[in-house]
Amino acid sequence: MTFALALEIVLAAVVLTGAVWTIASRETLPAVAGFVAYGLLLALVWVRLGAPDVALTEAAIGSGLTGALLVSAAARLRSSEGPMAVERPDVILRVLAAVLSAAVTTALAISVLLLPDPAPTLATAAAENAAATGLGNPVTNVLMAFRAMDTMLEKIVLLLALVGVWSLAPDRLWGGRPGPRHHADPQGVLAFVARVLPPVGIIVGIYILWTSADHPGGAFQGGTILAAMWLLVMMAGLTDAPPVSERRQRLLLLAGPVVFLIVGLGGLAFGDAFLAYPMAYAKPLILAIEFAMIVTIAVTLGLLVAGPPEREAGS
Amino acid sequence: MSFALDIMTIVAVSVSAFFFLAGTVGLLRFPDTLTRLHALTKADNLGLGLLVLGLLPQAESLRGGIKLICVWIIVLLAGATVSQLIAYAARREGSQL
Amino acid sequence: MSAGTVFGLCAAVAVGLGLYGVITNPQPLRKILAFNLIGSGVFTFFGVVAHRGAAAGFGGDPIPQALVITGIVVAFSATALALALLLRLFQAAGSATLRADAPPSAGSDPAKP
Repeated sequence: MTFALALEIVLAAVVLTGAVWTIASRETLPAVAGFVAYGLLLALVWVRLGAPDVALTEAAIGSGLTGALLVSAAARLRSSEGPMAVERPDVILRVLAAVLSAAVTTALAISVLLLPDPAPTLATAAAENAAATGLGNPVTNVLMAFRAMDTMLEKIVLLLALVGVWSLAPDRLWGGRPGPRHHADPQGVLAFVARVLPPVGIIVGIYILWTSADHPGGAFQGGTILAAMWLLVMMAGLTDAPPVSERRQRLLLLAGPVVFLIVGLGGLAFGDAFLAYPMAYAKPLILAIEFAMIVTIAVTLGLLVAGPPEREAGS
Repeated sequence: MSFALDIMTIVAVSVSAFFFLAGTVGLLRFPDTLTRLHALTKADNLGLGLLVLGLLPQAESLRGGIKLICVWIIVLLAGATVSQLIAYAARREGSQL
Repeated sequence: MSAGTVFGLCAAVAVGLGLYGVITNPQPLRKILAFNLIGSGVFTFFGVVAHRGAAAGFGGDPIPQALVITGIVVAFSATALALALLLRLFQAAGSATLRADAPPSAGSDPAKP
């Protein structure tokens, strides 16, 4: 057993401790804290598995934004916790659930141990076709060129989720501003950080997008950082959430999927197939799509965390 | 020379591990929110600072070293802000957290 | 026993824990947490498969990694929608229970559209 393997076993044990804490905790806020810690440690697991792009995504979206959502939801639902405690299921259901979970775990564990050796892989195919776009990062190649259809549909799924969240507003508040109006002491710490951090955050976010051509990074990770900076500024009260009906915001939300769709249809008209990039223009086209994507992702993720409208548009 | 740098890395990272441990013990054992925050800032400032100091000789270039220091500064900023916000909230709610 | 196997077993346990949490915990917010646990376990499983497919100079097979990135983003949007639904239920019914026969509590406003 090598030293690295021993450390990985320790890491897996700590990750599982976080998972057990999330399920077993009596109160909700500690469970959410355990889940955020679990997600951040999982990002380390991804690094050990040789996937830095996924580690960035897990840390940013899986733990960061999801954690923000869960904490604010847990805070709002705090008054409902007491009455729910009487609904705990009886012992028989718990035992049956434990048996079922153990069965699923065993089945998955057996399939892990029985994975085929040598492992089938598409890495060689990805490497052979990497010259088609000239990008150095294979994951970006896959996301933007080989499986661009998945990425485009993912953007549309994000938009659909946002429309779903917006539609949960009461009728009279349709088109209003999401979330409460935040007030922070303008001389206080939060306002200070909301002035100092966003310039740095914007540079880091755009850098992560720019460097994803050859190094780990990507539009989603960069867009998440931009969304986080926007949320920070909103939470410090330095700016108010724009009303849901604002036209410019809706145009920004559409920019990513529309550019993607136009390039795709262009590929259909001038090339071989939908989303086929001509070899000479592959990199500029991908860059154009990615810049439109990061704007849409930043606005969409920020609005998903802000939630459905809770105030009138004029307030 | 590189042997001396490796020794420095090992020493600095070990001491930072001790500070992280001290911060965690403080989080678990101190009686109320404000004292726990005090323990956590030790982990943030000293622990992470020593960790970054220990990793600086192992950075592959000047850019890597500057990135490490930037990470430490941003974590300092975030940690300090969040500690103050939690402390204000704890004082308002009578330390029920 | 390699890194892939260790993390694969970790993923299997995470999925089992999440399943247990979804079934037994009565609070919808805890169910959403447990569901996210299942999702992250499945993604880690993907990661193990990708790690075993390391070839051609890459650290791992890039196709499953790209699929997982897509999956994490979609899981986040599903969580956001689920939490928005839960908060609306709490606002309309006054309690966050999923039981059909629960009486409306004092703080609810079911008349508000």
